[in-house]
Amino acid sequence: MSTSETLTVGTAREPEPEPAPKSHRRKGGSSWGRALRRDWQLYSLAVLPLLFFLIFRYAPMIGNVIAFRKFEPGGNLFGEEWVGLRYVKLFLNDPTFWNVFTNTLILGGLTLLFCFPLPIVLALLLNEVRRRALQRFLQSVTYLPHFLSIVIVAGLVMQITSIDGPINAFLGYIGSEKISFIQDPDWFRTIYVGSEVWQTVGWGTILYLAALTTIDDQLYEAARMDGAGRWRQIWHVTLPGIRPTAVTLLILNIGTFMAVGFEKVFLLYNPLTYPTADVISTYVYRMGLEASNFSYAAAIGLFEALVGLVLILSANVISRRTVGTSLW
Amino acid sequence: MTTHDMTRGYRVFQWFNGIVLTLVVVVTLYPFVNILARSFSSQTAISAGEVNLIPKGFNLTTYQIVASDPIFWTNYRNTVIYTVVATIIAMVMTTSYAYVLSKKHLKGRKFLVGVAVFTMFFSGGLIPNYVLITSLGMKNSIWAIVLPNAISVFNLLVMKAFFESLPQDLEEAAAIDGLNTYGILWRIVLPLSKAVIATMILFYAVSFWNSWFGAFLYMDRSDLFPVTVYLRNLIAGATGADSYGAAAAEVTQIGANIQSVTIVLTVLPILVVYPFVQRFFVSGVMLGAVKG
Repeated sequence: MSTSETLTVGTAREPEPEPAPKSHRRKGGSSWGRALRRDWQLYSLAVLPLLFFLIFRYAPMIGNVIAFRKFEPGGNLFGEEWVGLRYVKLFLNDPTFWNVFTNTLILGGLTLLFCFPLPIVLALLLNEVRRRALQRFLQSVTYLPHFLSIVIVAGLVMQITSIDGPINAFLGYIGSEKISFIQDPDWFRTIYVGSEVWQTVGWGTILYLAALTTIDDQLYEAARMDGAGRWRQIWHVTLPGIRPTAVTLLILNIGTFMAVGFEKVFLLYNPLTYPTADVISTYVYRMGLEASNFSYAAAIGLFEALVGLVLILSANVISRRTVGTSLW
Repeated sequence: MTTHDMTRGYRVFQWFNGIVLTLVVVVTLYPFVNILARSFSSQTAISAGEVNLIPKGFNLTTYQIVASDPIFWTNYRNTVIYTVVATIIAMVMTTSYAYVLSKKHLKGRKFLVGVAVFTMFFSGGLIPNYVLITSLGMKNSIWAIVLPNAISVFNLLVMKAFFESLPQDLEEAAAIDGLNTYGILWRIVLPLSKAVIATMILFYAVSFWNSWFGAFLYMDRSDLFPVTVYLRNLIAGATGADSYGAAAAEVTQIGANIQSVTIVLTVLPILVVYPFVQRFFVSGVMLGAVKG
């Protein structure tokens, strides 16, 4: 779309971005008027993006009311009649729900446990590589998996872990029993977290490496003067230097804790591995889109989103109080 | 490196570091090499578990089978079309909003930022989104893929940070010379922002190229699928066959080989382009990161 189109749409709607809330106060009202007169072209650029957020982000949030209303496919977007907390009570009494809830916590916890600290370790190791070209090569290689479609990652995982795949070839070579990894619920968590580490750790180092370059060399100088060896320098200079980055990423990770990679679980699991692999989001998918219990699934999905929101808000508050870094 | 650092402990560490990083590289690259080897190998060698880094029983039969499937090429073409259209729309939307957000004097700016940032922490969820897209009649259309993902808030914030770092004086001078906001954005700001624009195009293009779930949800006709959904259906089909046991072993084998070939063909464009664009990605993320 061209700028001129934005313009025509924009001029008609330019007051929309914010309804002048202070208009009852004379001074406030006129300052809004002034702002609109002066910046109407800027506001007009915001109109389409605002419509985007309104329709594709905020409307679905409101659409969650179908969790409290009976929804019929093809019927009203917001459901037909109020049923109160019926669907919430239903899922709280649903044993499958508690199973997928536990699975979500375990998978989310394991992912956090491995995928948060490992990039820091790798970044520290990469930072010790003194040859620039070599360092750049190592970075290029480790970033690569980040750019693959999750479908391709799932395909690679399936091939590597398949009965005729290299892992089983190795097991056969050392004389062990072959394992049908992808069919075995005991292996799902390992496969999931392992492939997650494979895909994300390299890319995860990028922000830390950026933070490392901003640490003042004089600090290392000073630490050496004080007689600090390599380890002490890392402990007293490097780690504090990347702490703000680490905390920020930790908060973000905690926020996505509940939404453990739906797509990957969905691609990798099968009815045999449901006992360990089925998570809230995949259960929502099956309940809602396969079994057409839209309202029930929406209630579970809303629960998941709310827990995620609470987690990130609390992580933010805790980190602001304890280490003084926060997202806002 | 000063001699002070060359203690014994440090040398040991350097060795240890070298070994660990070599392992990391091997583990990262192994799946790629293995899949490539499998795609050229014979069924018998694969099922015997003999294929590792080098193809065994070299043949191109499976490549011919995949290449002769017209649906594969249709889906490949779809992926290209979806990626191009979606990236263009996403760029227009993201650039214009990021530019607005970068204007510190703008009244209501905090509100406009908040509208975007809040969606990073709370979202409508699968079901309401599905109901919305179907009610809007976007099923089986490209818009179901493009419009709901027209702005990535992460990209938006990176661009905003970049625009904020541009010298304000230039824009003021342009305004005095009689350019309006659109003119300033188009003729002054965008030409100065080539680096960040390139990065954002790459970010969006890769994410649209790789996406599959939207198409999987909202498209029922196989001639509309992107190639990722084609691949997903292959994989899902093969797992199904896997669990049927020995009787279907033959089918599974062929399926597995076709999977390898399809994975190779799907990943190829990214592998080819990657060395050239990788630099942009890195500087782009750094851009957003250092600003904090």
